[in-house]
Amino acid sequence: MSNPRKGERLFALAFLGLVLFNYPLLSLFSGDGRVLGVPVLYAYLFAAWATLIALMALVVRRS
Amino acid sequence: MLEPAFVLAASFAYLGLLFAIAHWGDRRAAAGRSIIARPSIYALSLAVYATSWTFYGSVGRAASTGVGFLPIYLGPTLMAALWWVVLRKIIRISKANRITSIADFVASRYGKSTLLGGLVAVIAVVGIVPYISLQLKAISNTFNLLLQHPDVASPVSEPTSLLTDKALYVALVLAAFTILFGTRNLDATERHEGLVAAIAFESIVKLVTFVAVGCFVTFGLFGGFGDVFDRAAALPDAQRLFTLGGADAGYGGWLWLTLLSMLAIVLLPRQFQVAVVENVDERHLNKAIWLFPLYLLAINVFVLPIALGGLVRFEGAGVDADFFVLALPIAEGQDALALLVFLGGLSAATGMVIVEAIALSTMVSNDLVMPALLRARVARVTEGRNLRGLVLGIRRGTIVAILLLGYAYFRVAGEAPALVSIGLVSFAAVAQFAPAILGGIFWKGGTRNGALAGLGAGFAVWAYTLLLPSFSRSGWLPDSFLEQGPLGIELLAPEHLFGLEGMDGISHAMFWSMLVNVGLYVGVSLCSRQSAAEHSQAALFVDAFREPRAGARLWRGSASVADLEALLARFTGARRAGDALAAYASEHGSEGANGDRADAELVQHVERLLAGSIGAASARVMVASVVDEEPLGIEEVMGILDETSQVIAYSRELERKSRELEAATAQLRAANARLHELDRLKDDFVSTVTHELRTPLTSMRAFAEILLDNPELPVDERERFLRIVIDETERLTRLINQVLDLSKIESGGAVWNIAEIDLKEVIEDSAAATAQLFAERDAELRVHAPDGVGPVAADRDRVKQVMLNLLSNAAKFCAAERGEVAVELSVCDGAARVDVRDNGPGLTADDQRVIFEKFRQGGDAMTERPQGTGLGLPISRQIVTHLGGELWVSSVLGSGATFSFTLPLARGVSTGVVPGSD
Repeated sequence: MSNPRKGERLFALAFLGLVLFNYPLLSLFSGDGRVLGVPVLYAYLFAAWATLIALMALVVRRS
Repeated sequence: MLEPAFVLAASFAYLGLLFAIAHWGDRRAAAGRSIIARPSIYALSLAVYATSWTFYGSVGRAASTGVGFLPIYLGPTLMAALWWVVLRKIIRISKANRITSIADFVASRYGKSTLLGGLVAVIAVVGIVPYISLQLKAISNTFNLLLQHPDVASPVSEPTSLLTDKALYVALVLAAFTILFGTRNLDATERHEGLVAAIAFESIVKLVTFVAVGCFVTFGLFGGFGDVFDRAAALPDAQRLFTLGGADAGYGGWLWLTLLSMLAIVLLPRQFQVAVVENVDERHLNKAIWLFPLYLLAINVFVLPIALGGLVRFEGAGVDADFFVLALPIAEGQDALALLVFLGGLSAATGMVIVEAIALSTMVSNDLVMPALLRARVARVTEGRNLRGLVLGIRRGTIVAILLLGYAYFRVAGEAPALVSIGLVSFAAVAQFAPAILGGIFWKGGTRNGALAGLGAGFAVWAYTLLLPSFSRSGWLPDSFLEQGPLGIELLAPEHLFGLEGMDGISHAMFWSMLVNVGLYVGVSLCSRQSAAEHSQAALFVDAFREPRAGARLWRGSASVADLEALLARFTGARRAGDALAAYASEHGSEGANGDRADAELVQHVERLLAGSIGAASARVMVASVVDEEPLGIEEVMGILDETSQVIAYSRELERKSRELEAATAQLRAANARLHELDRLKDDFVSTVTHELRTPLTSMRAFAEILLDNPELPVDERERFLRIVIDETERLTRLINQVLDLSKIESGGAVWNIAEIDLKEVIEDSAAATAQLFAERDAELRVHAPDGVGPVAADRDRVKQVMLNLLSNAAKFCAAERGEVAVELSVCDGAARVDVRDNGPGLTADDQRVIFEKFRQGGDAMTERPQGTGLGLPISRQIVTHLGGELWVSSVLGSGATFSFTLPLARGVSTGVVPGSD
């Protein structure tokens, strides 16, 4: 509950998200490909988003 | 099924259901069984973020920009990760200070500044009105769309008269509901539990209906996600929609939108209301941190399929993409689903409008109207009997006014732009609070002037670069204003300030407004000084997580408890005021509220209670009206600080002193113990010496009396007695000499003539001196003293004294028949060693231990006549020890004893007189 690392871990996740959801990483996925029929950009964004949320839940639960 | 009457009835039934939930929530709260005191309800209520803009507008934006709608939801996800650091602190501060709105928060942070609170309230109202109009537009447009079913082409916006405009009635109905929900009680800190329950319920309705229509489109109209994207790929600009090509102004705009929505999720008045004011327990954040982003993810999964499905389905049909969500079910004849979607959209809109209007009305009444009334007619207002009605009236009036303003904006400017762009204008407005609030909770240096300058300038730039262009598009201002700038000055063109090109409108406005906002906030703060009040508030906010300082308050003055209670009663009612003060009294052990005069704590407490009702700045003014206050100037504060630091210095000094004292005490105690010991030893010594003196004296006296009383004693008898008297006298003399000798050695007063002496010679001298003694006892003395034992540095007479003592002892104690005593000189470990061995009865272990103590003699003192003074051995040992050697005895009972001593061999020791020293 009062784990001082919790804030730091969440802060790091926010930074990770900012990097994942912006240039230049985003440009890597802005192509023609499809993943299971879904454009690769959409697939990447939602997958990264879900992963980030899962990590946040993990940090909150663990700390 | 989609008849107007039925739709209307369904809508009102839905609103009625909401109200029932709110009522139930309030009842449960009153009964102490809160239904919102659980983290998932908190997370759902935060989803008031998703308005009709999310519900309808996201699809519209997705249809034109592909993933361009996503930053609005990715930003809050990132911010959710920072909630633990940022929002938790804001909640902690707000609860501690009974802060009920953003304006209150900013005003309170910067020294309860009325001006600043008012400015924030104005910015919030101006910034949020377009957002409210967006909700009205969504409700009225979707209602129209339902009415004209099955035609789904965008309704031609025909000019309607005011009285037949549905949006006006929507605004009025929502105003009525908001008043019912939000302003029944006055104390805004007694949160709106029922309202939060209703909002959480609305969040579920939004999500369920949106996901329902998403599933219908994706799996009903199409064959799953793959099929939707496959069919959409055939669209002319599919390529643009599938990649980032469609997002406005590329990555820069994407980043700005992310940052903008990160700020909005904290700073929007309605978010502040549900996240901070309505928060029951800050630990609820734990769940909200991941559940709220998950909600956003869930409600966005189907945005693209619906947008693409709509584009495919309505290709070229002139349907507004903003309303694909509703148009698709209508076009497919799914009337029930369409009605459900309409209700979902209604949920999204009403939730937002109600919470936003409550938040804004609190701000307007607490930070604009009340301060103005207090300032303009202080006398009348502060003398009035009961102000509850007035405050409630102001709030209700504000709610109606805000909704009518929203409607006015809708009538005037709201028709043209898409839902999303209106919303972003509002986001950019509230983002102006960021420097003052985020800076204010992490940086103590931010000043009131800095916040005023930053906020004012940021707001001005926002109005110029975002609000004016939106008016211009609606025809209020000439087009040339946008194109060529005011008065033809192109550098001042609102959307290309100073010729800045290549940014979309939002990024452009955000860049310039944040530049001047942050720049002025920091710059002016660094160049201006804080007042005492600002300083104490800054510390209170920034150090919110530290332990509160008990009773520390920069305030001096006096007020009567009765005045304070009367003041409180006028805003909260007499009963509540009494209860509050009684609760305070019982909590603080009735000090403070006891007696006539209130202490600073109580005054502060009342001020906080009032702040909950009328805002911090107004509460300050009201309390000041009944308190004879002597506000502290900066000099006095500095004085207090000086005093404090002096006190700290004194207490350090005291600590040091007391440590020294303790050490000194310990030393004294040790010295005292030593003295006691010495005293005891002295007493022992004196009593022993006295005893030893008395023994020979008694015997001398006894024999002298016999001789006196019996003159006819035979001569030989008389001689024998006289001999005993002489012996005893000699013994007495020896004893006294030895006592003196011992005390001289012990006190260090003896004179030592240290020289190199030959031990062999000393031993032989001593043997010769005691030869008579041995002869008397028929004992044999054998001396084995080889040549070649080096000289020792010692006092010859003293060594001889030791030798004589040991030899006479040996003579005394050797076997009565065939007594033998052997003296042996040897070298051992750099020292000369002398052993004196006799063949007497030996010593018990106990005797070996005690014979070196003063006046202790071997054998049984009770049965045997003492044969010595009991000081010989102690003196010998003292001498040997002083000369750097050792004296000890080894003996086995029954086979003699050996007394040995060592003396270190001389190593070029200079001859001289060395004063004895210990």
